[in-house]
Amino acid sequence: MMRLLSNDRPGHWLLALLLVGLLLGLLAAPFLFPGTKALAVAARIAIFIVLAASYDILLGYTGIVSFAQTTFFGLGAYGVAIPLALGASGWAVVAGGAAAGIGASLVLALVMALLSLRVRAIFFSMITLAIARFAQVLAAEWRGLTGGEDGLTFTVPRLISPAFRLFPAPLLGLPISGPVIAYYLILAVSLAAFLLMLRMVNSPFGRVLQAIRENPFRAEALGYRTILHRALASVLAAGFAALAGAMMALQLRYTNPDTTLSFSLMIDILLMVVIGGMGTLYGAALGAALLVLAQYYLEPLLAALARLSGGVPVLPALFDPGRWLLWLGVIFVLVVYFFPAGIAGTLRARGRAA
Amino acid sequence: MRPRDPLPYLVLPALALAALAVMSFPAWLTLTVAGIAMGCMLFLAASGLTLIFGLMDVLNFAHGGFVTLGAFIAVSVVVTWAPAIGGVALVALAVLAAAVAGALLGLVFERVLIRRVAGAPLRQILITMGGAIILQQALIVLWGAEPLPLPRPENLRGSVIFAGAALERYRLAVIGVGVVVFAALALTLKRTRLGLLVRAAVENREMVESLGFHVDRLFRLVFAAGTALAALGGVVWALHAEMVTADLGADITILLFITVIIGGLGSVGGCFLAALLVGLADNYVGFLAPKLALGTDILLMLIVLLWRPRGLLPVAEP
Amino acid sequence: MAEPPLLTLAGVHTHIGRYHILHGVDLAVAAGEVSVLLGRNGAGKTTTLRSIMGLWRVSRGAIDFAGQPIAARATPDIARLGIAYVPENMGVFSGLTVAENFRLATPSGRFEPQRLAQVMRAFPVLEQKWQVRAGTLSGGQKQMLAIGRAIIAERRLLIIDEPSKGLAPVMVGQLLDALLALKRARTTILLVEQNFFLARALGDRVAVMDDGRIVHTGTMAALAEDVALQSRLLGLSLESHQ
Repeated sequence: MMRLLSNDRPGHWLLALLLVGLLLGLLAAPFLFPGTKALAVAARIAIFIVLAASYDILLGYTGIVSFAQTTFFGLGAYGVAIPLALGASGWAVVAGGAAAGIGASLVLALVMALLSLRVRAIFFSMITLAIARFAQVLAAEWRGLTGGEDGLTFTVPRLISPAFRLFPAPLLGLPISGPVIAYYLILAVSLAAFLLMLRMVNSPFGRVLQAIRENPFRAEALGYRTILHRALASVLAAGFAALAGAMMALQLRYTNPDTTLSFSLMIDILLMVVIGGMGTLYGAALGAALLVLAQYYLEPLLAALARLSGGVPVLPALFDPGRWLLWLGVIFVLVVYFFPAGIAGTLRARGRAA
Repeated sequence: MRPRDPLPYLVLPALALAALAVMSFPAWLTLTVAGIAMGCMLFLAASGLTLIFGLMDVLNFAHGGFVTLGAFIAVSVVVTWAPAIGGVALVALAVLAAAVAGALLGLVFERVLIRRVAGAPLRQILITMGGAIILQQALIVLWGAEPLPLPRPENLRGSVIFAGAALERYRLAVIGVGVVVFAALALTLKRTRLGLLVRAAVENREMVESLGFHVDRLFRLVFAAGTALAALGGVVWALHAEMVTADLGADITILLFITVIIGGLGSVGGCFLAALLVGLADNYVGFLAPKLALGTDILLMLIVLLWRPRGLLPVAEP
Repeated sequence: MAEPPLLTLAGVHTHIGRYHILHGVDLAVAAGEVSVLLGRNGAGKTTTLRSIMGLWRVSRGAIDFAGQPIAARATPDIARLGIAYVPENMGVFSGLTVAENFRLATPSGRFEPQRLAQVMRAFPVLEQKWQVRAGTLSGGQKQMLAIGRAIIAERRLLIIDEPSKGLAPVMVGQLLDALLALKRARTTILLVEQNFFLARALGDRVAVMDDGRIVHTGTMAALAEDVALQSRLLGLSLESHQ
């Protein structure tokens, strides 16, 4: 078990409990919470765990603030979507498309790394913001290839298409349909990807990354080639983000700029990693689960609050379901101030102190 | 040491002349005026960003939010006083109200968010990004998510014909405002004791404090001035579009960043030069090759950074 | 009864990040005298000066200037009590002209004509460079500017960190003349100086630091005569700097 986690213990009983709960919840989700919405939420959590963890490699383990993680996510998604939308079909096409998306991400990440990792952190952040924006505009404008703002809708392989049934009869009361199979495929790939990332950050390479984050000058003095390590980290992070994007495309069966490249998506990822806890990967997983759940289930709660505060001025607008981002923003700022280590880091520190 | 290098200043006329070579004079004149006007609007919104960065090494990702704030304030001013006060006086009142609101909220923003994370780049980026989210959402709470109309007064509508080219009145007015604000900023920095202090503190904060000046108070003042300028810029942008949405600031934030990077972070003169460059390039390319338009700004930034990694007119290093 | 010292440090501890640099510094600077702080590199001399100026927070101990506690005050407030600080890197604003550099050091931006004339007599080269960007000055000229700037307004204490560092020998001579003129005018100076020739020529009193503590105090005259004491206290710093 510990080998599977690369000897990276959660470090606090509550953190371990939350993670085990998350894993069990995801494994049993289709049986516990039937219905398409619950399945979509669970799949989104699995995919965003990979995406957030990939961003954590960048933000938490190297201290690089990039706003272009969605660009790689989008490349992965469009890599799968474009050939399928053009009428090609079959698993080979899916694999090829995903590989193309991931490959393009690796190349772009390498170029960005070489171009920009030499400049100051703040410069780099601004440049990535511009690149992400450019990618989004490009996808919206290049209608012939990407379908523009409407995006691409396509047919996925039969095994995971909605009409497919693996068994004639339901299993434990749940018909094993294409989407359920797709969900378990996504969950398996996500879990594997997460464990692989965990292995990476706990390898000698990961330790060098942490050394660079703590003190770049010292790391350089010790003979580590900081640029090389940071570039490699950026490239790997981009690859995993593209993988997540490919899974997203298969899960949604459509791809558009809004769901894969938007800035609000980037903000979501940032919130996931920071609130969950930078530099732990476990935190990214928790943050992803927390935020996706909040997105889908907090809005009804806010709507109820808005109704309750009906007579008071401004309050209804404050609790408007659309304003959940306001509250997340406040939580985000409070976390950066008072718990810069996030949920996972704070729990870990407690575990170490005890 | 500030290298007095003429090359960056030649980029602008070179670009304008190159454009003149490939189009008719009236078209060129219309585009050039439009480009300069856009540059002035960019400068108004971006000047505070570069000032704040120069003095305190703080890059405020929420700067665009103050642009939006200014635009919404203008809407409220116009809605409240529209029939009573008219024309340019109403615009002046809106600008004043926006600047005051921008300055006040800037002071709060600095106190609550910026002050505690000075000197920690990662947390600073995160905090100002968080501030940007909160500010934008709070503006939606107050003014709603639907676009609000902001009609221009009658005497700022229509065009004048000059040398066969139609020049929009509003654009000419914007150029006037932009040049006046730039001149005022440049003179303040160059000629006043306050400007002297700011320039010195940009270079060496500790030494200015050792001479007996509270740089943190100076910074608060500059921060408020910067956010007031952003709000002023918001009014000008909104009157140009004759409409305000809560996304206004977020939409132009990237353009503002590109402008301050091209100009050289911290440099007000560089910011003005870069804003004009971006404005002109945008208009020329949009006319000549509309398909390329969406990448113009980023391409421009890459070219400038390859040529001058620290921007066109970088400030002196300490 | 002797006048109380203008500046006293009592048991001053200073941490920089995780590092404990000053381990209880006790020091007194008498009015009208030149006190020299000696010691090898890393002994804590610059940290002591920066602690006085409030540029590093003191973690324990007291600093009093003219009878007022200043250890908890902000740097600008300390400076306004009448302390001028010339840091090791001189702190010249290279983007500003020489005139602007001077103007910043006056309380109102205006010069007192007599004082200005006096400074220009001490550093005539600065008068020729008045409108020149300070960044274009030579190292020696920058040091003149830094010291001139420190005395352009009325100050009660000058704190100068290694003024001779990196200067050509001919410039060190000019510098010495200027500092001797200040000494003759009974200016109170706290000077860190590795150049023992300069230190001996200027100092009335001397304190020697090692490892974040004051290990010797006395008159400069006594130290100048006692070769054995010199080599015991300063052996290392003299060898490596002369």
